[in-house]
Amino acid sequence: MLAPETEAELAAIVTAATGPLRVVGGGTQPIGAPVTGELLSTAQLTGISLYESGALTIVAQAGTPLEDITAALDGENQRLPFEPMDYRPLLGTGTTPAPGGTGQPTIGGTVAANASGPRRIQAGACRDSLIGVRFVDGSGDIIKNGGRVMKNVTGYDLVKLMAGSRGTLGILTEVAFKVLPGIAASATLRATGLKDAQAIALLSKALGSPFEVSGAAHDATGPDPVTLIRLEGFDASVAYRTEQLTKLLSPLADITVDTGLTRVAYTWRSIRDAVPLADRDGDVWRISVKPSDGPQVAVRLGPVPRLYDWGGGLVSVLVAPGSDVRTKLQGLSGHATLIRASDATRAVIPPFHPEPAAIAQLSQGLRQQFDPRQILNPGLMA
Amino acid sequence: MEMPVPDPTVVAKKSQIVSLLKKVLPADAVIADEAETRAYECDALTAYRCPPLAVVLPASTEEVAEVLKICHREGVPVVPRGSGTSLAGGALPTADSVILGVARMNDVLETDYDNRFIRVQTGRTNLSVTGAVEEDGFFYAPDPSSQLACAIAGNIAMNSGGAHCLKYGVTTNNLMGVKLVLMDGTITEIGGAHLDAPGYDLLGLICGSEGQLGVVTEATLRILPKPEGARPVLMGFDDSEVAGACVADIIKAGVLPVAIEFMDKLCIQTSENFAQAGYPDCEALLIVEVEGSEAEIDEQLGVILQIARKHDPVELRESTSPEESAKIWLGRKSAFGAIGQIADYMCLDGTIPVSSLPHVLRRIGELSTEYGLQVGNVFHAGDGNMHPLILFDANKPGDLEKCEALGADILRLCVEVGGCLTGEHGVGIEKRDLMHDQFDPVDMELQMRVKDVFDPAWLLNPAKVFPLATTAPRRDGNARAA
Repeated sequence: MLAPETEAELAAIVTAATGPLRVVGGGTQPIGAPVTGELLSTAQLTGISLYESGALTIVAQAGTPLEDITAALDGENQRLPFEPMDYRPLLGTGTTPAPGGTGQPTIGGTVAANASGPRRIQAGACRDSLIGVRFVDGSGDIIKNGGRVMKNVTGYDLVKLMAGSRGTLGILTEVAFKVLPGIAASATLRATGLKDAQAIALLSKALGSPFEVSGAAHDATGPDPVTLIRLEGFDASVAYRTEQLTKLLSPLADITVDTGLTRVAYTWRSIRDAVPLADRDGDVWRISVKPSDGPQVAVRLGPVPRLYDWGGGLVSVLVAPGSDVRTKLQGLSGHATLIRASDATRAVIPPFHPEPAAIAQLSQGLRQQFDPRQILNPGLMA
Repeated sequence: MEMPVPDPTVVAKKSQIVSLLKKVLPADAVIADEAETRAYECDALTAYRCPPLAVVLPASTEEVAEVLKICHREGVPVVPRGSGTSLAGGALPTADSVILGVARMNDVLETDYDNRFIRVQTGRTNLSVTGAVEEDGFFYAPDPSSQLACAIAGNIAMNSGGAHCLKYGVTTNNLMGVKLVLMDGTITEIGGAHLDAPGYDLLGLICGSEGQLGVVTEATLRILPKPEGARPVLMGFDDSEVAGACVADIIKAGVLPVAIEFMDKLCIQTSENFAQAGYPDCEALLIVEVEGSEAEIDEQLGVILQIARKHDPVELRESTSPEESAKIWLGRKSAFGAIGQIADYMCLDGTIPVSSLPHVLRRIGELSTEYGLQVGNVFHAGDGNMHPLILFDANKPGDLEKCEALGADILRLCVEVGGCLTGEHGVGIEKRDLMHDQFDPVDMELQMRVKDVFDPAWLLNPAKVFPLATTAPRRDGNARAA
């Protein structure tokens, strides 16, 4: 396995490569079609190169473990806004990472997957906090884009393009983020027994209020569905908003309230990581639709275990192996990603939603420009 | 600023091109008369002017597609235009180009409060997007200073920001989907009411691409519930560095104000003479605004005022009424206009790491003395987006050139300390030649290859963003095959 320790070494490896490279970081989110190629690990590119808490900015090498980043931010009571998930329990990749992976999520892998959790609806996705990248493209050139400041419109925004490109346009070597202050208090408002459509209506009502909801989920993975709404901020502010929001939602459902940072964090970690779907047999899909279309997913797929996040717009479902989810969802606008299935299934059902012809053509064109030899994770995304 | 020599073959077939355009558009949507095209000879960077070959004002996506097909076939450069408020020359025409204005396309197509988005045609002005939803308690967050006039099309092209983006982000963070017409007339849709399509983030790429990749005719925008209230506090300091330190301390304390605005002595005095907002006579002034309910505002301002007091402010004024809030903002909002009353000025837009603020302010002062031109500083301090205003006299021979040289030095300084050339205005023609200071040739080459994919013939707004010498082979028709 190739495991460069510097960006320059990585660039030399790519330049000299004669065949496909299979890029791996922690190997904890092996989503996409299976790739064959020489393993290339970014795990040796580690370290936080810059952290200025007064400027809400952190810059790190791509292979830096996510938990190192979180620990550094915790030290200054700050956090990554987009709440990246840890799919190790769901995908079983903690104990059995993808080949070459360390089993530890890396910050570069987080960017490559544009991994974003429940706070996506308030603070944006990973790509919204990402302010700069350095990467090695398919020709072995070292490219930089963006920087370390949060407002930057100089040239094209390749930063966004790199987020979610899963190592097919370039191999990330350094990433920079805008971070946010930590929180002093949090609360979960909880309703039980709601049907999907009622639950999503409740979440919409909360999200349409001025009370700054930072999480809106509905867990229908078992017989007793639970609807969850999160508030975060300063003490008095959370107390006030909890009271107001409870008042607002009471006509729609009976609301109970959980408080305490640890307890609230525990609840939302479970939503973030889709824990209720872990350790259960079947394929897992991640479906993104307009929130009010969320309940339609259950209508189309039948009463499968399902977990709604993002106010109803993100639905993680557990279905029988090999189920053709996309055909059943035809006509709904949005997309479905197969995130857990056997290699055999992933070879038959494309993990990523097919793109309309004009978009696919542009994407192919970009791929051709960034990686003319098509050696970076070939076949992973299309 | 140099512009490319107009293509004589295109200029020579003007009447033919105009008659082709008239076949696909109503007569009043094609402007070819020289006196009338003059209205489109510049944008808000008024130092540079050039009437276009013709102007088209399509009323639908389909009409936009027809226009682009013709221009594509005939090899005519196209310069997309929103409201023409670009400070960077983003909508400056060349004599061989067709201006494609989206001003007639300003409808609201869909408003959806359950899913919190609005879909509009992109000729709609920024403020009228909020106008369409505010009675129902919602707003569209990005708020560039020109929001009364600027179009969503231009906001998307330049990825515009505003005073409140510290909390809400800039255009790209509030854009959910677009309808995009490619140079060959292909109509595509990217994103929509759902989030985060898999595949490459073309939406993120389009936003901020300065009209060089396609023409955006419709946009799905995130709308947010209006906060219950907002309240600013004004702080005066007798030292700019102390004001800068105060900003860093506020951010470190875990408070996230919606806006932190900074003004220096020249801007304070000039705007005070102009608007009489009652600003103190001091070296530096901060306006910090927080949002929420009364109790939440009290809680946040409590923290902020405590920090401010540690920095010995010469004035600390918390608004106690909407009138006082308006007055605190009045001076800041009048700053550009006030400077414009006393001199011609050039507004820069570099961003710096907040920690470099004291150093950069000191260096700007030194450069100002060296060049013999006054510089006022007014900017979004929370995110380091500076707006140095260089004062000059347009009637004095050589002054504009001197001003541009000073501006270039200031922007190089921004890059040198780890910042960038432009935070929210865009590169346009204004900062084109400074791109070499921020990017290595390989960085720019890859960006230009992105344009090769979307617009292989380099017909869309081709003379912008990149240095002319760098793009010459592509513009001359030698683009690499996509």
